[in-house]
Amino acid sequence: MDLTLNESETAFRDEVRSWLEANHPGQEPHGDLEAFKFRRAWQLKMHEGGWAGISWPKEFGGRGATLIEQAIFAGEMARADAPAPANILGLVMGGPVIMAHGTDEQKERWLEPILSGEEIWCQGFSEPESGSDLASLKTKAVKDNGGWRATGQKVWTTFAHESKWCMLVARTDNEAAKHKGLTYFICDMEQDGVEIRPLVQITGEAEFNEVFFEDAYIPDENVVGGEGNGWMVAITTLMNERAGLGGGAAVAVSRDLGALIELIKERGLQDDPMIRQRVADLLIGTEALRLGGMRALTAQMKTGIPGPEGSLGKWEWAKLNQSLTELATDVLGPDGLAKDTPWTYRMLRSRANSIEGGTTEVMKNIIAERVLGLPRLR
Amino acid sequence: MRFDFDDEQREIKETARSFLASRFKPAKVRSLAEAGEYDDALWTEVCELGWPGIAIAEEHGGGGLGMVELMILCEEIGYACAPLPFFSNAAAGLAIEWAGSDEQKASRLPGIASGEARGAIGDDAVVIDGPGSAVIALFGGSGATLVETSEAGLEPLDLIDATHRYSRAGATEGEPLDGDLEAASGRMAVAVAADLVGVAQKAMEMSVEYAKDRKQFDRAIGAYQGVSHQCAQMLFDVEEARSLTYFAAWAADAEPDSLPLAAAMAKARASDAAWDVCKAAIQVHGGIGFTWEHDLHFLLKRARAGGQLFGTSGQHRERVAALAGLG
Repeated sequence: MDLTLNESETAFRDEVRSWLEANHPGQEPHGDLEAFKFRRAWQLKMHEGGWAGISWPKEFGGRGATLIEQAIFAGEMARADAPAPANILGLVMGGPVIMAHGTDEQKERWLEPILSGEEIWCQGFSEPESGSDLASLKTKAVKDNGGWRATGQKVWTTFAHESKWCMLVARTDNEAAKHKGLTYFICDMEQDGVEIRPLVQITGEAEFNEVFFEDAYIPDENVVGGEGNGWMVAITTLMNERAGLGGGAAVAVSRDLGALIELIKERGLQDDPMIRQRVADLLIGTEALRLGGMRALTAQMKTGIPGPEGSLGKWEWAKLNQSLTELATDVLGPDGLAKDTPWTYRMLRSRANSIEGGTTEVMKNIIAERVLGLPRLR
Repeated sequence: MRFDFDDEQREIKETARSFLASRFKPAKVRSLAEAGEYDDALWTEVCELGWPGIAIAEEHGGGGLGMVELMILCEEIGYACAPLPFFSNAAAGLAIEWAGSDEQKASRLPGIASGEARGAIGDDAVVIDGPGSAVIALFGGSGATLVETSEAGLEPLDLIDATHRYSRAGATEGEPLDGDLEAASGRMAVAVAADLVGVAQKAMEMSVEYAKDRKQFDRAIGAYQGVSHQCAQMLFDVEEARSLTYFAAWAADAEPDSLPLAAAMAKARASDAAWDVCKAAIQVHGGIGFTWEHDLHFLLKRARAGGQLFGTSGQHRERVAALAGLG
């Protein structure tokens, strides 16, 4: 066992840290439009510094960082409280899918604008009747004049209104088994057949959208991985999503926990034994998340792929974020009920953590079936 | 950065796993536990393998390895639910190694390392494996003393965990242990935590096997989410406890400043994990798990005892809060 960084890893961490110190864009402005412009400018700066495609191979304009370097980078971003780049879905999902399954023309066309943030990407997977059971999705695409026409509804589509491209999974064969009749498209969002409506969530904000496709046109060259292979291509994306989310999670929770401890002291509650027990539970869970991440990273360095054990981290992260923000609003007492205050907003927002990116119940299914080898219910 | 064992450590683990599996078959564990005995011949074998002195310095007759290696053995012994005076002897060794004087080390450690003059460990309430030991490291109040076993006035305690021998010390006078008690007690907490991780791992494996085999309503019960999600929760608990325990052991050897907090986290999490996993294991097994005839209760009771000894999870969480910023 060696849980320290070696010389070159330490040097890498210092390089990231000093770059972030010199280039940190400061506090994000209020308002969706302003915030998005800010994140776009930030991504361009990251790209110019060679950090936007940290995990991307060099041949595609990325940095080609090792797994440990990626983890260090994610940790430093969280530590500095740096904003996420605007085109996060393009960077962690769209780009990797094109690199893994795309043609040379597709790589040439799409990768560079993803890195620079010039073209924003969104994800058209979930539907009102297809959440955890993604493969049951109903949006369909039919052949038309050298291309396809897509019709259906997608939901929980982040940044749809800012996006040029949508990673759209649609049913192209009604006869085939449900996992086999899907195709993965890159659909142009700037056309009449695409309508976007903001979806207001329990926080009162609209981070997400509903997207309605009505005979939206997609040329043949925008099919990724071939007709009927949509499920296999989409799964790559989801694995990247989970791996992409994992890196900085423990550092971010740890940073928030530090802020919570300060809040507890400000409110003079540091001697309350119940609060001390709850804080200790959070500290222990956060440390377990950090260490579990190091173990998963060690395993991934050997096997080359993220294992199903990653589901434990997603589960713990959601649980921690929810407990942490609940405790913060308990500490605030009646002030914790005030609308649009940071902790209260986060307490409400955290309810989604055990749903988005795979529900905690799905994480438990994955662990039961793929780690413990229990029989499938279906 | 590499969070796994090196080749030598892996070999220690594999050797321990197969040795313990062959010597402590479930029927053997049961017969020793029901009789309230240890098997002296098996202890002799364990001593011949050099386990009791694995983390004791070579100059005192030990193997000169570290806390990680000792932790590996503790986890495997917990996994086998082995009735052995191993942990108590190792804990006495840690107390003397880290808090003892040079004279105490020179006079006591060789016997502990060879296993021929065992040490035992205890506090005001409970002494573990006192009978048959030569000396007891007794923690109480804010200090610790070394008490000759013959002068400790031991009275047997009949506790639910039948895989160890428990007693109460009637007399507590002895030589003080004046050194770094925190360094000693942190390592002792890691050793108990490792035993608990092993216990929890075993209870989880038994539950998963049972959930695959047992059929009700024409299918394996492990296909039902009411059961499978309990098993997933077991893995969650075991792996978190394991991560924290391994880290604390590594910290003891490589980054001792981190040990007090890491050990408190490990003991708190492992205590809760072992109890929660064993409870759920009984639930997953249903009626059969509640019978004396089934082996699960030996694990459940060992988990309960380990969770109580050397600080409950609540006490260790309080320590975590104090060390990590709440004062």
